[in-house]
Amino acid sequence: MSMFGELSTVHQVLIGIYALLLVASGIVAVLSRKGVSGADELVARVKSWWWMIGVFTVAILIGPAASVVFLGFLSFLALKEYFSLIPTRRIDREVLLWAYLAVPIQFYWVYSNWYGMFIVFIPVWMFLLLSMVITLRGETEGFLRAVGTYTWGLMITVFALSHLAGLMFLGREIGNPAGGAGLLLFLVFLTQFNDVAQFTWGKMFGRHAIVPKVSPKKTWEGFLGGLATTTLLAVFLGPFLTVMDPLWSAFAGAAIAAAGFIGDVTISALKRDLKVKDSSGLIPGHGGILDRVDSLTYAAPAFFHIIRYFYA
Amino acid sequence: MKLLRLVFFALVIRPVLLILLGVNLRGREKLPDHGPAVLAANHNSHLDTLTLIALFPLRDLPRIRPVAAMDYFLKNRFLAWFATNIIGILPIDRQGGAKEGANPLQACEDALARGDILILFPEGSRGEPEHLSGFKKGIAHLARGCPEVPVIPIFMHGLGRALPKGSFILVPFNCDIAVGDALFGEEDIAAFMARYEAKMKRLASELHLPVWD
Repeated sequence: MSMFGELSTVHQVLIGIYALLLVASGIVAVLSRKGVSGADELVARVKSWWWMIGVFTVAILIGPAASVVFLGFLSFLALKEYFSLIPTRRIDREVLLWAYLAVPIQFYWVYSNWYGMFIVFIPVWMFLLLSMVITLRGETEGFLRAVGTYTWGLMITVFALSHLAGLMFLGREIGNPAGGAGLLLFLVFLTQFNDVAQFTWGKMFGRHAIVPKVSPKKTWEGFLGGLATTTLLAVFLGPFLTVMDPLWSAFAGAAIAAAGFIGDVTISALKRDLKVKDSSGLIPGHGGILDRVDSLTYAAPAFFHIIRYFYA
Repeated sequence: MKLLRLVFFALVIRPVLLILLGVNLRGREKLPDHGPAVLAANHNSHLDTLTLIALFPLRDLPRIRPVAAMDYFLKNRFLAWFATNIIGILPIDRQGGAKEGANPLQACEDALARGDILILFPEGSRGEPEHLSGFKKGIAHLARGCPEVPVIPIFMHGLGRALPKGSFILVPFNCDIAVGDALFGEEDIAAFMARYEAKMKRLASELHLPVWD
């Protein structure tokens, strides 16, 4: 009974997302036929959206185990992208294997629903272990750069993103009517929607850059417009997908929009420092995995801990 | 054997490249869609050859022949079997024709005449990973002998970090591959080498090459 109820709410929202995607595909097809400049890029982007949403849908509908495997793999790809971009020391080649090993272990803690271990494993154990392993390589030249960059990358791409999978289990634990999938869908849909909304508001009214050196196109107008739109959408979606009432949903929506923005500019700062435009060429029209999940690196932990603090 | 090679590439090499490694490819449209052609790439890792082969559709597999040093790859029976039947190498004698007056590139020219796509590493050996060493002139001689065959310069980066010379532990890294415009052979060997080198330097300059110290 509850299983049926859980699936049907999530299903309805997914159907809505696919409807949006159909509309976007239609618009892009018209632009492409008219030969508008930059339409090819948009076609590639929307086509990639179909793939991403398709894979995501399958993963969350199959169940928690499939979601954990999918999100763990996503985390691995993000970490690999990060290690491929940053300066690394030859002597640390095997050190990086330890960092990779943290991915399956961290997602196993998620799967086993062991919150205490999930929350300390990377910030405490991996943090200390990696520093130790790097020290034992016996090379001091570039030591600080190595410990600093490897552990930061692990925190952002594995610890932060593992909160996405954590939502699947948190939802069940707190008796969320639409289950863990409802919470995850609420977060991911709002975060991606907020990216698009901030971009659109910025394109239309953007004048005052927030952090011009990091991201010249991110403006106050775009940020506030996106925040307002996302908050409004959250008010409608929250009671549908989560245990939150409209007021709490608004708060969560605003938090997701603000955290998403910070995640976005943080990864931008990283890319700018490394002097790359995209983190890789994996997703046509989007760039790499890190380009796509940048907002989620902040939005996922923020949303997870809001729900856990107020509802668990 | 052909089937074994196909299965190996379809079920082992491609999934490993896709999951553990990852290729950012620039200039895919410049890869030849039929032979004869020569892919002339820099060499960092044993993975280079496998990665280049995997850039092509499986149906082209029988046509793709990495040119490899006989003294290294045929030195023991297992390696020889693997290199010949699975990787599909075209062995050549690095010492340059033991027989007086023999053309050491004859096997390459014959393969090109059959319409094959050759993979050649003008640096000779893998050398120091992720570091361009000098190019050998064999490629220019081959291009002069087959002036109608396109020589495609390919710059690769990153696989030397994933599996450098002397290591057997694969560490996941994305790699970058940039494909340049085709070159054609000419009489002047030095001029051809200069053009090839300039192309490779330009391709390298287009990529983000993280410090690896």
